[in-house]
Amino acid sequence: MNLEFPRIKARVTRRLSLLICAAMLVAACGSGDDRARESVLNRGIGAEPESLDTHKSRTNQAGDVQRDLGEGLTAYAADGELVLAAAERYEISEDGRQYTFWLRPEGRWSNGDRVTAADFVYSFRRLVKPQTAAFYAEQSLGDVVNAVEIIAGKKAVEDLGVEAIDDLRLRITLKYPVPYFLALLTHPSTFPMHRPSVELHGDAHARPGKLVSNGAYKLQAWEVGSYIEIVRNEYYRLNEQTSIDRVRHHFTPEDTVELNRYRAGELDITFSVPSESFDQMKKERPDELRVSPFLAVYYYGFNLTRAPFKGNPKLRQSLSMAIDRETLTRNVTGRGEAPAYGWVPPGTNNYEPRQFLYADMTKAARHAKARELYREAGYSEEHPLRVEIRYNTAESHRRIALAVQSMWRDVLGVESTLINEEAQVLLQNIRMRQVTQVFRLSWTGDYNDAHTFLSVMESDNPSNLTGYSNPEYDLLMDKAATRSDPELRQVYLEEAEKLLLSEHPVIPLYFYVNKSMVSPRVRGWGDNVLNYHYSQHLSLSDSD
Amino acid sequence: MLRYALLRILGAIPTLLLVIALAFLMVHAAPGGPFDAERVLPPEIEANVARAYHLDESLAQQFVRYLSGLVRGDLGPSYRYRDYSVADLIGRALPVTLQLGLLAMSLAVVVGIAAGLTAALSKNSYVDRFVTGVAMTGISVPVFVIAPVMVLIFAVYLDWLPASWTGGSGVSRLVLPGVALALPQIAYIARLTRASMIAVLSSDYVRTARAQGLRTRSIVRYHALKPAMLPLLSYLGPAIAGILTGSVVIEEVFGIPGVGQFFIRGALNRDYTLVMGIVIFYATLVILLNLVVDLLYGILDPRIRGR
Repeated sequence: MNLEFPRIKARVTRRLSLLICAAMLVAACGSGDDRARESVLNRGIGAEPESLDTHKSRTNQAGDVQRDLGEGLTAYAADGELVLAAAERYEISEDGRQYTFWLRPEGRWSNGDRVTAADFVYSFRRLVKPQTAAFYAEQSLGDVVNAVEIIAGKKAVEDLGVEAIDDLRLRITLKYPVPYFLALLTHPSTFPMHRPSVELHGDAHARPGKLVSNGAYKLQAWEVGSYIEIVRNEYYRLNEQTSIDRVRHHFTPEDTVELNRYRAGELDITFSVPSESFDQMKKERPDELRVSPFLAVYYYGFNLTRAPFKGNPKLRQSLSMAIDRETLTRNVTGRGEAPAYGWVPPGTNNYEPRQFLYADMTKAARHAKARELYREAGYSEEHPLRVEIRYNTAESHRRIALAVQSMWRDVLGVESTLINEEAQVLLQNIRMRQVTQVFRLSWTGDYNDAHTFLSVMESDNPSNLTGYSNPEYDLLMDKAATRSDPELRQVYLEEAEKLLLSEHPVIPLYFYVNKSMVSPRVRGWGDNVLNYHYSQHLSLSDSD
Repeated sequence: MLRYALLRILGAIPTLLLVIALAFLMVHAAPGGPFDAERVLPPEIEANVARAYHLDESLAQQFVRYLSGLVRGDLGPSYRYRDYSVADLIGRALPVTLQLGLLAMSLAVVVGIAAGLTAALSKNSYVDRFVTGVAMTGISVPVFVIAPVMVLIFAVYLDWLPASWTGGSGVSRLVLPGVALALPQIAYIARLTRASMIAVLSSDYVRTARAQGLRTRSIVRYHALKPAMLPLLSYLGPAIAGILTGSVVIEEVFGIPGVGQFFIRGALNRDYTLVMGIVIFYATLVILLNLVVDLLYGILDPRIRGR
């Protein structure tokens, strides 16, 4: 407690100070010797997770806590490398469609029960069951035999291509080879579930006192609106290597508030760093500020179903070329973001990101070409393009929109209007495609593979919000999906991105970075492109 | 008086129903739904989610379903916090908001009235100007400026008090938000008390009392104080309701798990049931507080009691 008592005492009435005394006494009673020796980590996680039921959540924040509580067949090491977790080995059939996993015999639930293959089967079936209405059902298991049909209510859950051969052997059958399938299995929606407790507690099974988990930690408390507290799971197979006893995941939706709490010593790790304090932190606490690439892209989408952008790639290209992304990332966003000249972020596994052909041109040449295309598209200074840029209300988005507006005006003479809308309103407008022209969006990778970015642009992908549809692109993606030869697959994916970039359905502006303050007492922090930081990999220097 | 109170409570039921119906229509009229996100759901999953939460039914069906739940005391499940029911969430947030709100309100009433009286009794003196000036500043500087500045000074630089709710325990974590929440109210109450006291002090019956040779202290205590409190009383009803649900900024700045946060998040997330639950709670609170204020009026002002 950061409370300097004598100074306070002078300022409050006698009764208040008595109250404080009583409060401190109560607090002191709660902390015996064990608590004093215990190591406690306080981390900010941004918004409050919507659920700890791995089938009912979808935010990164929920995932951050769930990865501490549970464990799937695979996981990521501190440096972001894919490793085996609940499984000790696996085999893939020759055709790449059948995966057999051998579970670790020492795997235990937080109540001491053994983790068995049946627990995975139960979880996978619950995930695709229509009544569960799981957000990630298709994302995680859509490639498994019959999964999509079960989700749509056309087949029974028992038909899912997942079976427990015996207690420790699990077989998963896919519709076609999926090279990133092992990475998909790191997602919390594919963690096993403890059937008896889920059946006993129903919808409330993921609440404190009820949740049975198989990871390094177990759920201790959830103070709605404040924090989730987890404590070491003594049955976890690697419990002896887990260093931190207790972790509090604090909800920190406001980054300025979060930074104040960090500076006051209440947090050891922050979820973000506010842009207005970034330079100050860089100067004052350079060793605590951690900035590293993140698998996410910030972009402007065109509504390709309406004029003026429908069937007008020249216009789209000219607008894309007129944006000076270096200025944008240096002066407007200013937190180490990388200018985006392609769709797939650098750092993606087994992939060589493509770039716009104009990426290597000088600024002057780029602008000249942009003006030329603008004229060819039928616009000029006398007949300027009038366009609306929509973004969800936030200061950061407004500043970027202002910069883009002025760049378009200076280079091309475009007259753009900025329209900010509340996030849900904007999303609805984008989906309706009735009023939108240019709109702000972002995409975050779910796993480390180019597919998570490129699949967004397939004709039938529900997240394809521009309305981009190109059979040739879809064909390349299909070819990539069905190739088990990784090199050939990479070629198809890269070809697809090249095609995508040549048609300019979107203007990627920058690739995000992870930005966190990490206290010097935290050890074992590894920067990685997915921004996953399992608490079990961390330790605290003052409690070794 | 009891009969009056009962009648008022019965009369409030149609008001409450109207509020519920309007709120229901308005939250559902807002564009977007509770499960929309940049990551758009595949159509079959969207259908499953809609079915699970009865969003595939017509608005009238949904309303009837909601009302029938309400009659049974069920505020429904939260759409956003899928492990919790709305009653769970409000039940957890309410004690926190109450603690904070009552502390702030008591502070505001005690300090505000004292400052207002002091100013009124020494009208146009330096003390009066000082109090009026400070009160003016208190009203004009918004909470979202004062609160973070207080955190910077008392938590980050001086390290006397916790910067957030979870950073401390007991009273220590209530001090900064309580004071920040009370400041504008103190200012308002001080101005209100001052104006009202000055008006009462210049009324005929006070002049008569003075002419009879009563000392200022007894005039204030026995003749002026009660009537001077009347305007304050009618302000306090809505002010308490406002402080209990409207401390959103303070809750955000200090990370306090109160009702206000859920209200705003609920609205932004289109968490229909959560917003509805809080609206109903808020409406009931306002109706009850207004009733209490009216009853107190009767106690303080014999003219109203007679009517």
